[in-house]
This record gives sequence, structure tokens and C-alpha cells, in this order.
Amino acid sequence: MGDSQYSFSLTTFSPSGKLVQIEHALTAVGSGQTSLGIKASNGVVIATEKKLPSILVDETSVQKIQILTPNIGVVYSGMGPDSRVLVRKSRKQAEQYNLLYKEPIPVTQLVRETAAVMQEFTQSGGVRPFGVSLLVAGYDDKGPQLYQVDPSGSYFSWKASAMGKNVSNAKTFLEKRYTDDMELEDAIHTAILTLKEGFEGQISGKNIEIGVIEADRTFRVLTAAQIEDYLQEVE
Amino acid sequence: MVGKNCFAIASDRRLGVQLQTIATDFQRIFKIHDKLFLGLSGLGSDAQTLHQRLVFRHKLYQLREERDMKPETFASLVSAMLYEKRFGPYFCQPVIAGLGEDDKPFICTMDSIGAKELAKDFVVAGTASESLYGACESMFKPDMDHEELFETISQALISSIDRDCLSGWGGHVYVV
Repeated sequence: MGDSQYSFSLTTFSPSGKLVQIEHALTAVGSGQTSLGIKASNGVVIATEKKLPSILVDETSVQKIQILTPNIGVVYSGMGPDSRVLVRKSRKQAEQYNLLYKEPIPVTQLVRETAAVMQEFTQSGGVRPFGVSLLVAGYDDKGPQLYQVDPSGSYFSWKASAMGKNVSNAKTFLEKRYTDDMELEDAIHTAILTLKEGFEGQISGKNIEIGVIEADRTFRVLTAAQIEDYLQEVE
Repeated sequence: MVGKNCFAIASDRRLGVQLQTIATDFQRIFKIHDKLFLGLSGLGSDAQTLHQRLVFRHKLYQLREERDMKPETFASLVSAMLYEKRFGPYFCQPVIAGLGEDDKPFICTMDSIGAKELAKDFVVAGTASESLYGACESMFKPDMDHEELFETISQALISSIDRDCLSGWGGHVYVV
């Protein structure tokens, strides 16, 4: 750790006003696997690469897209184990909301709670920030929604966003392809094409994951077979 | 009491300890927001405390979610807050009345530990509840307009509190 004396204590500002640990966390995200999300007029799609360390790993045991509530799903870029902590905390928060008000938690509220947890881990002692960024996709009374949450605890609502390796390429690609009146099927195609752009090797139903939510407000993760069908369509 | 795209909520004005009357201008009906009212029968001090806590929770909700609570949501909140005090409850029986989406009326009552009781027509609470059931059952008609609803609920209230020695000194009626 030769960077500077400020890279040790998380809660110490460097003279330039930066918290270096957070920048390191963002670097961890930046070197993680690519994930992206697109908000269409009638739903949201999130997708990610699923590269495994060895061909011997059973790919059916890895699930990168997770469901937080029936109408909200999430995908991460960065450190897998860190994301599971956040998923667990978010699910608990959503369940508490549901128990109190007897209605599903709005996407904004869940994102805010999750972001609050991530912020807390940039200011507390004895902890480190999360090495993940999240893309949260949901559908509620306000329609389809897509949020990105970063390790610093900041969050934004996006029409389309990407994170992980190849962010800049993926974002440029999305900027070119995105239109406001895009429908979900188009969005899924665009998502696949964007992933394909920066993909090393042959893309298949087994090495990417796709999650979608539409007006029925039920988040579903596509099966390998369904992804294969979409892959045929875009070719 | 529910009408067509409207509701009314009413109570008497008496505050008493057993047979002794303390005040004759007591307010038991509270406004949460423009389309949501809360009636709290039972111990006066608990009613006021509970009202203050609910207003507090509702204001926080408004700031957080940038919207008013739906009546159903508010009822769940009241229920949860009452059950928190399961073994030392607020001595209150709440009546919640509000307009939801598309001005659809919602009414409900619950016991002092938050067991909800939903109704399509009317709900009653308090010392005069038995005579109120009788009065409401005979006077209520579905889909009344606001003027008719005002007349009906007022008549039901007056005739019932006359039959109850612990209620009286006039009433408050709100029609939304």
C-alpha cells in the first residue's frame, strides 16, 4: 500500500478532499464483470456476464441476478460475496416495510435504504466499503424503474446504464441504441448486443444472465433456454 | 359511514370519568391529511398521545415518500403501532376513514391491540357502540350522496348518544 498514508484509515479524508478507500472500491467494481440495465417503456431488463473461474464449475449453481421482492430484482458488478450482504439486508428491509404497511415497498424506498447501508459502510469504524455497484430494476405504481447504487452510497435513476469492465464502451453503445419509446423486447435485444460487444469468447445462454420485469410486476430471471432463443433472434 | 365517493365520520363531544363529566368540547376526530380522518374512542390521554405519534409517523412518511398515505396503508400502520403495545395497550379503539385512489371510500376500525375490522358500510366504536349498531343498521343505505350521508350519520349519532348515559353534549360530524 504505497499510495499514501490516507489509504489506510477509511474515515480519513485525503488533503484533496477524497476518500481514497471509496475510489478503491470503485476500482474493484470497474474490474468486475460487466452488467447493464435498460429501462423500456413497458418494463426493465438487467443483464450480466457470468464468467466462471473454471469450466469445471457447475454453472447452474451460480445466480448473479437476485430477486429482492416479487417486483424488484438486482444485479451486481464487483465482489460477489459483498453483494450477498447487501441483498440480505435489502430483503430484510423490504420485508419490514411490507410487515408495517401491508403493501410492497416502492423501488425508490428500497434503493434509498440500500444506499443508506452502503453509505454507512463508508463512515463507520472497522468496516470497509462494499466492493460492488448494484443495478436495481423494479416496477411499481410509478412504472418501470432502473437505479444504480455505488459503493459511496450515491444512487441515480437511469434510462440505461452499464458497470464493470468495458463500462465506457457499453455506455457509448447504449447511448447510440437507446430511444425513449423502446419496448421491452427491443431492450432485451439491445442488452444482449451490448454484452456481446465487449464479450471475450462465445456468448451463450450459460455465460450470461438476463432478468426482466414488465407490467405484471413479477420479476423473472430468464432460463438458459430462453436466453438461447433471444440469442438466435439477434443473430 | 360510507357514501358514494364520500364518507362521514362523527363523534360526541363528552369527556368523562365514569359518570362525572370533565369536558363538553372534547375532540376525538383528527385529520391526518385532506382525505384521511381518524377517530379515537377510549381514554382521552391515550387518544391524544396516539394521535400525536401517528401524525409524527405520517409526516415522516410524507417527507420520505413524497406522497400522502393511502387509508389502507395508514390502517396497517395504526394496527402495527397498537400491537407493539400488546401487553400494555393504549386504551383506544380507533376508527379510520379515508378516500383512496379515485376517491374510493375506505373505513375500518380495530380493537386496542390492532386487530383490524374492515367494513363496506359503517363502523362504530365506543360506549354507545351497541345502540349505534342498531341506529346505523336501520338508517344506512348504500351509495348515499354527501348531503344524505350527513343527515343519516347525524341522526344515527344523536339517537344513539341519547340512549347512552356516558355519551352526549352534542357531536362533531365531518363529511369528506
